[in-house]
Amino acid sequence: MDEKTLDDVISRYDSPSGRLLGILGEIQNREGYVPRDALEMLSAKLDVRLSQLYGLVTFYSFFSLKPVGDHVITVCMGTACHVRGAVEVLAALEQLLGIEDEATQDGKFSVTTEDNRFTLEIARCFGACSMAPVVEIDGNLYGYVTPETLPGILGNYGWRES
Amino acid sequence: MTGAAEADLPAREAAGLRKLKPDRPRIAVGLATCGAAMGGDRVYRRFQEIIGAGGDDIMLTKTGCIGYCREEPQVNITIPGRPLVILHRVDADDVEEIVTAVRAGEVPYEMALCRVPSWDHVTGTTVEYGGGFDRIPLYQDVRFFSHQKKVVLRNAGFINPEDIDEYIAVGGYAAAKTALTEMEPDAVVAEVERSGLRGRGGAGFPTGLKWRITRKAPGDEKYIICNADEGDPGAYMNRNEMESDPHMLIEGMIIGAYAIGAREGLIYLRAEYPLAIRRLELAIAQARTCGLLGERIFGTGFDFEIRIVTGAGAFVCGESTALIASIEGRTGRPHPRPPRLTDIGGGLWKKPTDLNNVETWCNVPVIIQNGGDWYARIGTEKNTGTKVFSLVGKVDRVGLVEVPLGTSLNTIVFDIGNGGSQGKKVKAVQTGGPSGGCIPVRLFDTPVDYENLNRVGSIMGSGGIVVMDEETNMVDIARYFVNFATGESCGKCVPCREGLKHTLLLLNKIMAGKGTEKDLDTLGLLADTIQKTSLCGLGQLAPNPVLTTLAYFREEYGALVKK
Repeated sequence: MDEKTLDDVISRYDSPSGRLLGILGEIQNREGYVPRDALEMLSAKLDVRLSQLYGLVTFYSFFSLKPVGDHVITVCMGTACHVRGAVEVLAALEQLLGIEDEATQDGKFSVTTEDNRFTLEIARCFGACSMAPVVEIDGNLYGYVTPETLPGILGNYGWRES
Repeated sequence: MTGAAEADLPAREAAGLRKLKPDRPRIAVGLATCGAAMGGDRVYRRFQEIIGAGGDDIMLTKTGCIGYCREEPQVNITIPGRPLVILHRVDADDVEEIVTAVRAGEVPYEMALCRVPSWDHVTGTTVEYGGGFDRIPLYQDVRFFSHQKKVVLRNAGFINPEDIDEYIAVGGYAAAKTALTEMEPDAVVAEVERSGLRGRGGAGFPTGLKWRITRKAPGDEKYIICNADEGDPGAYMNRNEMESDPHMLIEGMIIGAYAIGAREGLIYLRAEYPLAIRRLELAIAQARTCGLLGERIFGTGFDFEIRIVTGAGAFVCGESTALIASIEGRTGRPHPRPPRLTDIGGGLWKKPTDLNNVETWCNVPVIIQNGGDWYARIGTEKNTGTKVFSLVGKVDRVGLVEVPLGTSLNTIVFDIGNGGSQGKKVKAVQTGGPSGGCIPVRLFDTPVDYENLNRVGSIMGSGGIVVMDEETNMVDIARYFVNFATGESCGKCVPCREGLKHTLLLLNKIMAGKGTEKDLDTLGLLADTIQKTSLCGLGQLAPNPVLTTLAYFREEYGALVKK
């Protein structure tokens, strides 16, 4: 993220209430993660210790320090999704994407495929419980997902069975 | 903003009514998050293409969600002089047929869910649509709706949430005007006290009392905050309240700020709800343009501004002191109370602060409009008013359900929800998210209110009701919630951080078939210790899923442990 963009973001926060989380959230949304150089610039500009910013980014599950792939797939692990098969959906996605790391149910779980095309993450709850289980890809929500419907959905994002 | 024009409510009311009941047909597509995701977006775009090609003879707009999520996407048709008709499960391919029918003064009967000849917006405004279409069932005869009582959701699914005129047309901002121009702040607080309204975030603290304490706290600078972080998995009432009727929340906050004596209000809204953020931002901007936010509101000496603060995904921020830390730019770790938020030194930037949940604020306008006594007659003596629940999981009719407090679980799950999905047998419900418990079907005559849910080991929480059926393993459910709470523990106090971790290890061991009877005793002991010694509500309530499943479904644990 270049300095001017960051200055623009900062300038929109004229009140200290919610400023740090708001700015970090915008960086996360723009870049897909929070790059270290953005944190360093922010630290200098706002006169906030880098350690405090690091603390925020690692505490809140919305932020990630690792870059993500071209498409971000997020599986909702909310209660309604859980009782309607989210665990099976997550396992099927790992298999389809060839991800070896065992998925944890930690809110910070994030794995990117070797070709950098897909990142698999989990969410606590999207609040779209009526159409559980739910998967979000690049901001688009898909409801009533099953392991069988996944290949078709992934196909919209350039995934092909290998 | 200086010299904000006095809000011209009558002109906007008239403009809004012309949009709700135009002199030509109106088609409104339900576009809250779920409706849009289920295909509402495609349906809307198709309407744009087809209506656009045929001229200006039909008004196309959007609306929020009426709560019958299973039947999405939904489309409202209003033909002048005819009832409003709600179409359900509409596909983009149906659009051409719908438009053809509407242009002929008809609706496609086979797609119709119900008709609404007139709709009571509760705040003194009833919109009369008209008669006819008798073959289509009435709204109140649809079983999902017939046991409900819409107070908070009175406008959801009827008005366009992106248009302040329509909110004003159904009685919106009249309560704020009454409060600010005709009532002393103390009288507003007294009215809310008289209503008996209790905090809808789950703890059930009397709202009027909280307002009075904050009002009386010394100091000129005070804050009010709306908790819109809705962190409980399985709960999405607040999302719909904000997406379908954002002005109701803003109006509630204006009235609250006036009563308490605050000039700034904050909405702490989770980043996972982008549409709610966009609609609220738009609604705040519209309210400002109309002089309903800013300086000298309604020509009085009262100034008030609302700001949205985005949360970043931390369940513990539902705890009030952690939420304050988060807004101030720190990690959301709770501290012991007192000082409470309402005390000097305890609130935002150390100023006295009143924190209420979205739905609590949303109840305020109707209380001022219709009076506290009117409100107190809904529900039961100590649990007044309605509550919105998200009825999800393995239930046939999923959706958002608003019922008077004191309604039994039987009514909610069987009469409204029609029991298990795919004909399966319902075994239990889970209420209150990770802080709540599982209630077995034999206790479904329990009235849903704050005290009775506590009595059976659960809590009201924010309103999530997740249905479990015969195929759900209750030990797995306990493990699911403990795993959630373990991940969300802020790590500050030992009982929560370590106790939950060891509870999880035990549950994993039991699920793997390696547990013993003694492990079950240890689980109970751990739960008891965590409950009694944790610093904040997250830890104190986190054992509830374990305790309730142990109490009601011990045989499922027994089947997994070695004899």
